[in-house]
Amino acid sequence: MTTKLVIGLDGHGSGERAVVFAKRTAEMIGNCELLVVYVIEWSPYSFQTPEENAERHKRREEEISMAMSRVVEPAVAALTDSGAKARGIVRHGDVAETIITIVNEEKADQIVVSRSSEGGFTQRIFGSATSNLVMSASVPVTVVG
Amino acid sequence: MRNFQTIILSFFASVLLSNAANAQEAMSLDQKVNETFAAVTGPFVSLIFAPFPGTSFPWIVMWLVIAATVFTFYFGFVQFRFFKHAIGLVKGDYSDPNDAGEVSHFQALATALSGTVGLGNIAGVAVAVGIGGPGATFWMILAGLLGMASKFTECTLGVKYRNEYPDGTVSGGPMYYISKGFTELGLPGGKILAVLFSVFCILGALGGGNMFQANQAHAQISGIVGDYPGWITGIIFAGVVFAVIVGGVKSIARVTEKVVPFMGILYVGAALIILLVNYDMIGWAFGQIFVGAFTGLGIAGGFVGALIQGFKRAAFSNEAGVGSAAIAHSAVRTKEPITEGFVSLLEPLIDTVVICTMTALVITISQQLIVDPATGLYQLNEAGNAIATVDGNSGVSLTSAAFGASISWFPYVLAIAVVLFAFSTMISWSYYGLKSWTYLFGEGKNSELAFKLIFCVFIVIGAAASLGPVIDFSDAAIFAMAVVNIFALYFLMGLVKKELASYSNRLAAGEIKKFKH
Repeated sequence: MTTKLVIGLDGHGSGERAVVFAKRTAEMIGNCELLVVYVIEWSPYSFQTPEENAERHKRREEEISMAMSRVVEPAVAALTDSGAKARGIVRHGDVAETIITIVNEEKADQIVVSRSSEGGFTQRIFGSATSNLVMSASVPVTVVG
Repeated sequence: MRNFQTIILSFFASVLLSNAANAQEAMSLDQKVNETFAAVTGPFVSLIFAPFPGTSFPWIVMWLVIAATVFTFYFGFVQFRFFKHAIGLVKGDYSDPNDAGEVSHFQALATALSGTVGLGNIAGVAVAVGIGGPGATFWMILAGLLGMASKFTECTLGVKYRNEYPDGTVSGGPMYYISKGFTELGLPGGKILAVLFSVFCILGALGGGNMFQANQAHAQISGIVGDYPGWITGIIFAGVVFAVIVGGVKSIARVTEKVVPFMGILYVGAALIILLVNYDMIGWAFGQIFVGAFTGLGIAGGFVGALIQGFKRAAFSNEAGVGSAAIAHSAVRTKEPITEGFVSLLEPLIDTVVICTMTALVITISQQLIVDPATGLYQLNEAGNAIATVDGNSGVSLTSAAFGASISWFPYVLAIAVVLFAFSTMISWSYYGLKSWTYLFGEGKNSELAFKLIFCVFIVIGAAASLGPVIDFSDAAIFAMAVVNIFALYFLMGLVKKELASYSNRLAAGEIKKFKH
């Protein structure tokens, strides 16, 4: 049976550590598939101008293709080049919630993320995506420091 | 089309030149703008508000009410049958998680609401109650409830017949559904009606979506800092709007779009507090509303006066049947156009039935309207055309005084709210107007810039003119949109009925599924 590991990237350099760790773990496990996930922070309850709404579909496509080409595809390429089985997923939504949804859809066994690089006031009040993930995930979460 | 563009541009040029030429005369710039404006717009206003022969009842009010009633019956009281479903849609219960990142039902509703919730709810209601007495509120609520069906019809069509361009952007609204829908049904004249609607939409954007907002924002600011010429407020507003719509300074619009909903909540919250503090008077206020609705309680024109004011201001506030919301709602990404129709029917409910009623109750309870103690009837002002108020206030200053009677500092908050509401409504309407403009003249940088510049010029005129001519023109322009839109909706409503039947069957059969989130 294939073991599935979800790697959550945040678009920063720290994500590379998660990729390296997940690759090492996959090698140890053997039959393993790596899902490289990038979530574009988005809320269906935000407020927008009519013009932003009219252009939203176009922007969404641009955001997805940019995230794919800049963040996800390089990571997937690095993994497959070294012989691992990997594919990429880009979604919009709340970071922690969306990663958990993907884990459930894909029946993944573990999540690997790097320690969050976001900081400051918002994080203190609402918690970081990483801490939310740790608190609500139904599978083990490895946070790479 | 080019000719029309030239006519409009030369009209502005002549208005501005005549103002400049007469600036040295004794008459102030504000007065001159006001006079020229009233003279130019007079015939148009008279036509739209012409009464039925032998009565004082404007045909346009009947036009809107009959339409809302027809749609209510034709769709079997859709506003009540699908109310719960509409809430579910806004909550995202039926949204496919794979569509995350697209415009949600909530966002389309919030955007449309930020175009409608605003001065209509604050100043417009004060105008209605100030002229038509508390009884106008009853007719306003009724018009709001019926108007939900009009909104449902136009917004369903707005999404169904929008244009989707290869780059992923969308354009929708009555001009698109009228021309495409008529072609689909094999009816002639769709294109002509669409052009006519676009012309009126441009006028509506310049009137209710612009001048009325600038005018009342100036009234509110000068009420606090003291009287000063309106054109100063106009130029400041025009500068900021210019920065957003021409300069592309999106950050200003974004801040406003985020602050406006909180202002709305704050406004309703303050109204609720005033009602709670004066809870013993709520029963009396509702009594005034019901009695006034059928007797008029001494207002000019009696109960018909209350009815006209209530219906007029409801339509102006929630824009049901006008067609503007169809432009705002058409951006949503959905496989079922009718779902956006369901969502949009919440708009008149929030806007008119909830927020406008709050304003009317606060004005009534604060007793700003002078009652003759001997007869219990409202006293008329010297001109005999409105109810006399404590400080002679009307429009937004009446609402401000009413809130200020209970919460002394609230007029300051209200001033900020009015300015922000005015601003967000202007941004929304600049988009509606622009969509109509580009429908007529084609999309292109120069054509768009021409409209945006005209829009900014009208802000200055609106702030400088006095309330009477501005409100008349604003109403007339917006109602002219409704004339064309509703006429077309009668032909197109069969298409919506088919959608409704198909969707209802699939919903009942369990084919429309909720998604787990």
